[in-house]
Amino acid sequence: MSRKQQLHRPGPPPGPPGDDTGCTVLHVDMDAFFVSVELLERPELRGRPVVVGGAGPRGVVAAASYEARAFGVHSAMPMSRARRLCPQAAVLPPRHDRYAAVSAGVMEIFRSVTPLVEPLALDEAFLDVAGARRRLGRPAEIGRMIREQVVARQGITCSVGVASTKFVAKLASTRCKPDGLLVVPADEVVDFLHPLPVAALWGVGERTEESLRRLGLRTVGDLARTPVDTLRREVGDAVGRHLHDLSWGRDPRSVTASVPDKSIGAEETFDRDIADPEAIRRELLRLSDRVGARLRGSGQAGRTVAVKLRRSDFTTVTRARTLREPTDVAREVYATACALYEASGLEGVPLRLVGVRVENLVAAGTTPRQLALGEPETGWRQAEAAMDLAARRFGAGAVRPAALVRADRESDPRHGRETDVDR
Amino acid sequence: MKFRIERDVLADAVAWTARSLPVRPPVPVLAGMLIEAGDQLKLSSFDYEVSAQMTMDIDADEPGTALVSGRLLAEICRSLPAAPVEITTDGAKVTLKCGSAKFTLLTMPVEDYPSLPDMPPAAGTIGSDAFAAAVSQVAIAAGRDDTLPMLTGVRVEIEGETVTLASTDRYRLAVRTLRWKPERPDISAVALVPAKTLSDTAKSLTSGAEVSIALATGGTGEGMIGFEGGGRRTTTRLLDAEFVKYQSLWPKETSAVAEIQTGPFAEAVKRVGLVAEKNTPVRLSFRQDEVVLEAGSGDDAQAVEVLGASLDGQDIDIAFNPNFLLDGLSAIGSDVARLAMTTSTKPAVITGKPADEGDPDYRYLIMPIRLSS
Repeated sequence: MSRKQQLHRPGPPPGPPGDDTGCTVLHVDMDAFFVSVELLERPELRGRPVVVGGAGPRGVVAAASYEARAFGVHSAMPMSRARRLCPQAAVLPPRHDRYAAVSAGVMEIFRSVTPLVEPLALDEAFLDVAGARRRLGRPAEIGRMIREQVVARQGITCSVGVASTKFVAKLASTRCKPDGLLVVPADEVVDFLHPLPVAALWGVGERTEESLRRLGLRTVGDLARTPVDTLRREVGDAVGRHLHDLSWGRDPRSVTASVPDKSIGAEETFDRDIADPEAIRRELLRLSDRVGARLRGSGQAGRTVAVKLRRSDFTTVTRARTLREPTDVAREVYATACALYEASGLEGVPLRLVGVRVENLVAAGTTPRQLALGEPETGWRQAEAAMDLAARRFGAGAVRPAALVRADRESDPRHGRETDVDR
Repeated sequence: MKFRIERDVLADAVAWTARSLPVRPPVPVLAGMLIEAGDQLKLSSFDYEVSAQMTMDIDADEPGTALVSGRLLAEICRSLPAAPVEITTDGAKVTLKCGSAKFTLLTMPVEDYPSLPDMPPAAGTIGSDAFAAAVSQVAIAAGRDDTLPMLTGVRVEIEGETVTLASTDRYRLAVRTLRWKPERPDISAVALVPAKTLSDTAKSLTSGAEVSIALATGGTGEGMIGFEGGGRRTTTRLLDAEFVKYQSLWPKETSAVAEIQTGPFAEAVKRVGLVAEKNTPVRLSFRQDEVVLEAGSGDDAQAVEVLGASLDGQDIDIAFNPNFLLDGLSAIGSDVARLAMTTSTKPAVITGKPADEGDPDYRYLIMPIRLSS
């Protein structure tokens, strides 16, 4: 995250907007989304450094205003560090339900433009506006209109990248932030890309960047002029070819309205490391419960259960087991997660983070299910479906495992960072 | 030590004994095969779970004992030319001569080799072919998931003259009863034997006419079962786990009983099953004179086939994992398969149609696949 943000250069680009012919992909990105939403209710903080994130000792910056970013604060940074960099910043706790509500309003604006909206997160989405030109005008025109409507209806600003491919559109919106619009004309894509550092390309993480640097490749242009076979040798077959394509602006991925989930997971960073296996198991139960509820809510079931265990020194162990049958039952996820935890050799080792994830997803309703001998007609699945109904009526957590009721009453070291992590 | 032996006899004996050599020996000596020569030749191997000992009559020129790499000895014996073999010790080495070939093998210290577990007291005997057939009928239903050890075993129940073998992986249950000759008429014992070991053992003991089963009912050799036949004896550690109480799983009532020619039915299941993606079923619709087999749905490839079948009772639609179904059909050992069903979500029982109407000695219970909730 932090590395990508270093690529960002504020301010709209010089010169008039380019020719948008054939540039049917829009990437719309809210500016400092969480902060902007908070400022709607705290106008007195406008113009001051503001940071949204957990305030605890293990809190992490979820968003920072541009004023705070000037001090070097960026998201995913430990809050303790952010406070040192910018002691005068106002720190606000995140309110995800607010952000979700504003996000829903923004997505609605997008969907009034085109049904081809691919949300990447609460605050950004791709739009394919090829079918909207006759009705609404040229792509740059549509981008301007979206920006106006987002300000008018939600009171926050956004930046729009207009290009012929998804990844160039995303780079463009990053380049014109905040509150900007940038068109990268189809015939200027190569000129736009080649001066950028290689890290700007989608799919280049720290490892890949390191490998590329060994080859002496610093800019996208360097990459583009390297034979594709050399790249494939260095960074792998698929990645090499993919990067080479991207460096010439080739990105065949189209905007897809709904990308099916690959996995559903949840993880928890503790305020203080926890070694007690009982407490870890309780946490696994809580995370499994949440994953189960979300699986059932989305009508999915998964065959592979994975746990993630991070030690105090950040070394991370991931263990997965594939079940015989897909499941959406939290009890089964929990039982597998516990078995994986016990087999990991980390029982009793202080952990700073645990995560539970279900992969290999299928549609639950239409998947045939092998019945087991002596299996009761009604079991945990029905009990959990009843919990879902109660939660719908009385709020999340209305009915939950007894082990978790007690845990919540005690002053336990949770509430550090809790995230749903879907891929 | 010095003795001569026929090449085929030695190769057979070494190959059988080598079966229980550990793949990754926990201590180096367990990679060895113990050779003891005297009035008899004894070959032994042991991996702490399973022990194997082969005994045959020879006339040793000089008695003696040696411990050599079992794996290497087995490979050498497999490749020897057809000629008598002479094995001698020469200091810390063992020399093996066969025709014009000569091998010199290193030895390991015999005194470090653990003593093999004592054979539990004999419980009775059983025809070796019948035993091997019965074990293979049951072992197919055993689970392979080591995280659920109680499902990886075959339960052996001995009650007087009746032996009952049972195994299940939660999705099917195979049970076979057979008669045997107990040492005591009032014997009563149970054991949970690792399914893979049991089926390998039963198959490998068919050289003799009978197999003697040794099972402790308390006292020495507890937690152990032994098999002996044709000069081969082997012991296996039992699984220490509770087996499913399976008697209550048999359906109390059935609403339909279908009879089908086993061979054509199995062929059709195999054919139609070709389009069944992993974990998807073959669907069976039983009507008065026929059964319709279908697999695949929606956008996937699909297959359908109709077979003649007789049905006693109500029409029924039911779906099974094709592999589970085929396992059952191949195990009943009968030309006509009989499927007793209740509903599409209740277990079905597959048996062979018995020549005389009585309780079948083999029953295979299979859980259906529920199509969608």
